[in-house]
Amino acid sequence: MVGVKSVPSPTVPSPTISADDRSHEVDHPSSEVALFGAEQPLRLDCGIDLTPFQIAYKTYGELNADRSNAVLICHALTGDQHVANVHPVTGKPGWWETLVGPGRPLDPGKYFIICSNVIGGCMGSTGPASINPATGKVWGLDFPVITIPDMVRAQAMLIDRLGIDTLFAVVGGSMGGMQVLQWTAAYPSRVYSALAIACSTRHSAQNIAFHELGRQAVMADPDWHNGAYADQGIHPHRGLAVARMAAHITYLSDAALHRKFGRRMQDRELPTFSFDADFQVESYLRYQGSSFVERFDANSYLYLTRAMDYFDIAADHGGALAKAFAGIETRFCVVSFTSDWLFPTSESRALVHALNASSARVSFAEIETDRGHDAFLLDVPEFFDISRAFLQSAGKARGLTNKDG
Amino acid sequence: MSVQQVLPLNGLASEQSGPFRADHLLVAEMVKPGSKVLDVGCGDGDLLQLLETRGIDGRGIELSREGVNRCVAKGLAVVQGDADTDLVNYPDDAFDYVILSQTLQATRQPKVVLENLLRIGRRAIVSFPNFGFWRMRLQLLVGGHMPRTENLPASWYDTANIHFCTIKDFVELCDEIHVKMERAEALDLYGRPLRLRLPWWVWNLFGEQGVFLLSRGQGK
Repeated sequence: MVGVKSVPSPTVPSPTISADDRSHEVDHPSSEVALFGAEQPLRLDCGIDLTPFQIAYKTYGELNADRSNAVLICHALTGDQHVANVHPVTGKPGWWETLVGPGRPLDPGKYFIICSNVIGGCMGSTGPASINPATGKVWGLDFPVITIPDMVRAQAMLIDRLGIDTLFAVVGGSMGGMQVLQWTAAYPSRVYSALAIACSTRHSAQNIAFHELGRQAVMADPDWHNGAYADQGIHPHRGLAVARMAAHITYLSDAALHRKFGRRMQDRELPTFSFDADFQVESYLRYQGSSFVERFDANSYLYLTRAMDYFDIAADHGGALAKAFAGIETRFCVVSFTSDWLFPTSESRALVHALNASSARVSFAEIETDRGHDAFLLDVPEFFDISRAFLQSAGKARGLTNKDG
Repeated sequence: MSVQQVLPLNGLASEQSGPFRADHLLVAEMVKPGSKVLDVGCGDGDLLQLLETRGIDGRGIELSREGVNRCVAKGLAVVQGDADTDLVNYPDDAFDYVILSQTLQATRQPKVVLENLLRIGRRAIVSFPNFGFWRMRLQLLVGGHMPRTENLPASWYDTANIHFCTIKDFVELCDEIHVKMERAEALDLYGRPLRLRLPWWVWNLFGEQGVFLLSRGQGK
């Protein structure tokens, strides 16, 4: 668990990391960048050709001689390409070092691991916080609305650029899991195996509702300025922090909150009879909000939540989910968590039924934990055992040399 | 299915040839190499692992979460599901064989399940404990209580097995729904086939379990 810090004010504090650090990463990321010029526009679902654009990405390990060991990791809503290295803005460890690293299920000694920042993100891939070359100013709300299929299309262009035809595995949780499923629906022959965790083939009404709450919190911040805050040199950090706080609750569970915090007080014995953060859970949420705004762009949050809202694979295939996966040869592993109420097991089960109806090779495990949706990012040994076994079994079928990994 | 819990078949341990159960070896022998198989109620995946060693593309459904997760952790393609409710999601002719091992008696609608097996698979392999086994009969006749054996140790009130039948009952059901029996075997207490060609009534008395290879009959 992230250490609970005392946050001494009734409002969300101002960021301690300067906005300059964050905005520098937007156009000049501390990772590799693939540039796509006018000859290679990104065809967006909204009908616009985005050009030029760039994809920021990290790689770990080495591509083998027959280019068969490449794994693409797709990050979640507020993740980025820094999956297994120190984050350039926050200085914290990579967001999935529990799964990726030496001796982990995704071992760079065995696989060539790629993770790219999604299009619309704010860590170096083109998004609303990037400079629009046509105006020399930050895109802001002039940036076209993007979708999960757009993100995947951009990733496919990156994979082409890296000279990889077929990915050994595409792996991701939450919004990353949506990208995994979109990969299999759009490029089935390029995905040998797919590990889709805590996700769904469509965003539910309740989830859209939570996203709308977050967006309204951002837009209600007077510093938002209709998305043109960059021109004023400010950031709607209060609104974005509230959005993050609301969203963070959905990533946990009642049981986990009770276990972690209960009704315990924060650095005090008695209530202060004020709106101070008397309870540990309040202090924790405020910390989550304030640390998030240090590394994330408010407009990017609007665009990426929107992309998730629009996601519905069945709708893109005449309403029948099974059609999206007809005849697919990709090996699937679907994982859900018992206490995840954002992407509940029922969503994974619907996906598995559709895959069964397509005679796809699928494993499906529901893992018992009280840690909610965020369980996929935490230390859950059963999840690692299952991921490792799935990848090893697929690796064996793929003929990857079996260094223990 | 969590049938493994009520049907531990522990008595077989010393009778196994290699690490595999005798009844599993018999089932595996009925499956042609290179075929595609669905094991309904696959437990810990032992049979699927055996099939995999023979180059068979195996998939599984298992009711208990623990069983599923153990299977997936072995790299097997297994999903959590219920034979009574989830077989309808599979298309016709999706598999060469569908296996229902020691699970039929735990389903709510054995007849519907059996029909689904032969819709999804071109062939079905079904094994079940025979309630016509002489020791079962003796317990009811002499003891006056519901039979319990080493392989079926649960009491009537806590067993998952709700639809017991005899070999004779099963053969009659197959006739009723026009299922063709390509091969039938009765196994003794140790899971070994009674290799002799004996009349049904003998098998029904001395077979501890029955194993049937079925296909779609006339009129289906």
